[in-house]
Amino acid sequence: MPKKVVSGNYAAAYAAKHARVEVVAAYPITPQTSIIEKIAEFIANGEVENLQYVPVESEHSAMAACIGASATGARAFTATSAQGLALMHEMLHWAAGARLPIVMVDVNRAMAPPWSVWDDQTDSLAQRDTGWMQFYAENNQEVYDGVLMAFKIAEHEKVNLPVMIVESAFILSHTYDVVDMPEQEEIDEFLPPRKPLYTLTDFENPFSVGALGTPADYYEFRYKIAGAMEEAKKVIKEVGREFGERFGRDYSQMIELYRTDDAEIVFMGMGSLMGTVKEAVDMLRSEGYKVGAAKVRWFRPFPKEELYELAKNVEGIAVLDRNFSFGQEGILFNEAKGVLYNTDARPIMKNYIVGLGGRDLTVNDVKAIAKNMKEIIEKDELDREVEWYHLKR
Amino acid sequence: MVSLEEVTKMELPADVKKRLTLPFEEHFYAGHTACQGCGAALGLRYVLKAYGGKAIFAIPACCSTIIAGPWPYTALNAPLFHTAFETTGAVISGIEAALKAKGYKVKGEDGIMVIGWAGDGGTADIGLQALSGFLERGHDALYIMYDNEAYMNTGIQRSSSTPYGAWTTNTPGGKKHFLEQRPKKKVIDIVIAHKPAYAATASVAYPEDFMRKLKKAQTIKGPAFIQLFAPCPTGWRSPTDKTIELARLAVQTAYFPLFEYENGKYKINMPSPNKEPKPLEEYLKLQGRFKYMTKEDMEILQEWVLREWEELKKKAKLFG
Amino acid sequence: MVFKSVNEYPEAPITLGTTLSNFTGDWRTFMPVVDESKCVRCYICWKFCPEPAIYIKEDGYVAVDYDYCKGCGICANECPTKAISMVREEK
Repeated sequence: MPKKVVSGNYAAAYAAKHARVEVVAAYPITPQTSIIEKIAEFIANGEVENLQYVPVESEHSAMAACIGASATGARAFTATSAQGLALMHEMLHWAAGARLPIVMVDVNRAMAPPWSVWDDQTDSLAQRDTGWMQFYAENNQEVYDGVLMAFKIAEHEKVNLPVMIVESAFILSHTYDVVDMPEQEEIDEFLPPRKPLYTLTDFENPFSVGALGTPADYYEFRYKIAGAMEEAKKVIKEVGREFGERFGRDYSQMIELYRTDDAEIVFMGMGSLMGTVKEAVDMLRSEGYKVGAAKVRWFRPFPKEELYELAKNVEGIAVLDRNFSFGQEGILFNEAKGVLYNTDARPIMKNYIVGLGGRDLTVNDVKAIAKNMKEIIEKDELDREVEWYHLKR
Repeated sequence: MVSLEEVTKMELPADVKKRLTLPFEEHFYAGHTACQGCGAALGLRYVLKAYGGKAIFAIPACCSTIIAGPWPYTALNAPLFHTAFETTGAVISGIEAALKAKGYKVKGEDGIMVIGWAGDGGTADIGLQALSGFLERGHDALYIMYDNEAYMNTGIQRSSSTPYGAWTTNTPGGKKHFLEQRPKKKVIDIVIAHKPAYAATASVAYPEDFMRKLKKAQTIKGPAFIQLFAPCPTGWRSPTDKTIELARLAVQTAYFPLFEYENGKYKINMPSPNKEPKPLEEYLKLQGRFKYMTKEDMEILQEWVLREWEELKKKAKLFG
Repeated sequence: MVFKSVNEYPEAPITLGTTLSNFTGDWRTFMPVVDESKCVRCYICWKFCPEPAIYIKEDGYVAVDYDYCKGCGICANECPTKAISMVREEK
């Protein structure tokens, strides 16, 4: 299997190329830009055929052009970050509502002001209710694998919904790492050409897409999307398993568990920070702490069942959120608590707000959090529910 | 009674066929929900006739969203993608790119036409950026702005394409004489600044001229733009039977002259006045939206019309 | 079309029929009436009908499809020989 040393962004670009995308419409924004630069380079070097690159004049138009392309039957791809993703917001709803399996890479970046180009998950999590699936990559390999799987999941006949593959600003986007890339023929077998649910080239039986839905009918179309999201859970697991069988990296779990078997305390979080957490878990284990890590790969659809299975057997869950919902709490924490409310699994849960705007989360931070959690569990009393861990006090 | 669908399939006597100045086949279904005497609906009917259904439409938020039919019905015998207000230029770019990636023939006699069909608000205001992007990138598609000079679908609010002195619901006249105070934005000039392959104005009162322009847009390579004048009886407070008469007067008074721009050259088209334009008042007095105008207001608008008309004639002379 | 169960709906919001099933004739207050003795078969009325609700018969004369005609009166206004008159409809 060929290996390449690439950045997270180049991994995304290679994956789009290997997925044989047909239309890419994108707009530059740091730290996303090197994805589309690389794709443009593929075209310039004649490395791709039948790929139309549309250098649009905004992210809103990037998503709109992808929507037009996808509705015409093409496999469409784009990438963006923070402000660009926020500008797209309206069209994210449109893509899902029109049931278009567009794949987009979002490079997590903090929202301004103050200006920031560094890692923060609030941009993508603010798109929670748009009907997009969201996959958070821990490393460059997962960015690459995620994009390939995303097309297969999005285009599945029972799904037909868009997918956002999320990677961290700079920590992944601009950091080089070894990435395994299967041979093109193997990928083609895994990901055959798209079979669209409908296409605008149907001149024999023309129809309109997205016509006015009155109160008598709109509701049912929302239910269809909800149903497709539920189906997507099964499809994600199937595709993740198939990916593992073909290429040796299994993604059948929507929450990746790391040393959780006998764990009392579990760190839960998403994206690249979970790499640091795993490192800390190993060190804490060697110091006698019974800790583990739960990396939430898919935020939408949310892996309720897997979270319940995990929560049943642990005493405490420390949820690490590199994001915040003002007026409430960390977004993953909020979701996880909600999932467990109607169950009999009630571990102590505490929310640690970490690394906003790219502040580093270190192994020592995770160790300190473990000690705090251990105290809480021993006292059986939560000191505070939400802790701004990195705050200068 | 024979249905329109059946009629369309009927063989017409040869002498009838010869006298028709437009293609006989219908690709626009009756039963659509445009208001009585709607110029936009008529325009859409012409566009569908021109391309015989072999066109993909993108329609943003506008009256045509409604005209095209609520789910599960469509009024178009052609594929149509309903899209967000400001996205027409971008969506047709995406459709065109996908067709090319998939190896379809775009434009030309037997190719697929990709058409953006948007109102004046969706073009001159909120969709201007996407329109600019579409024109500048040179996509092989046609953007038609049907101009009824206000946000009619939301209930007659002024757009930048509303003329001086017009009543709208947010330029309502009143004691302070709060009517539209700004002249009509010259969207076509903004379009021409992009040096597109083809740009033209057209009117629902001159369908043969419009049809010729639609054919031109089909054969020419690169982006095409047509600004179609489409009266709106509901928003203009005009009698529903005056739609064509008003559109004709708009041309004859030089309020909305018909011309084309191709390869850097301007050409004024024949329905436009060849001598003195008719007085603007003839056009204004048929519309309730202008009834609050004072005599001075009318003079200001008349002067604007003639100034713009002279400018166009100069352009046609210089770059003809 | 009336849908009784969610299972009857298509997966995506794509249309399933045409507006021909929507008879807009009942919007009308005045109905156009064609006087064939004055009609010169120029088809201007056919050309300018926004519905379209004017059709050409096999004999070459025009007729109004009252199922759809909304009674806007453009045909009567544009007819060069005044062969179409708008008559208040009795309902």
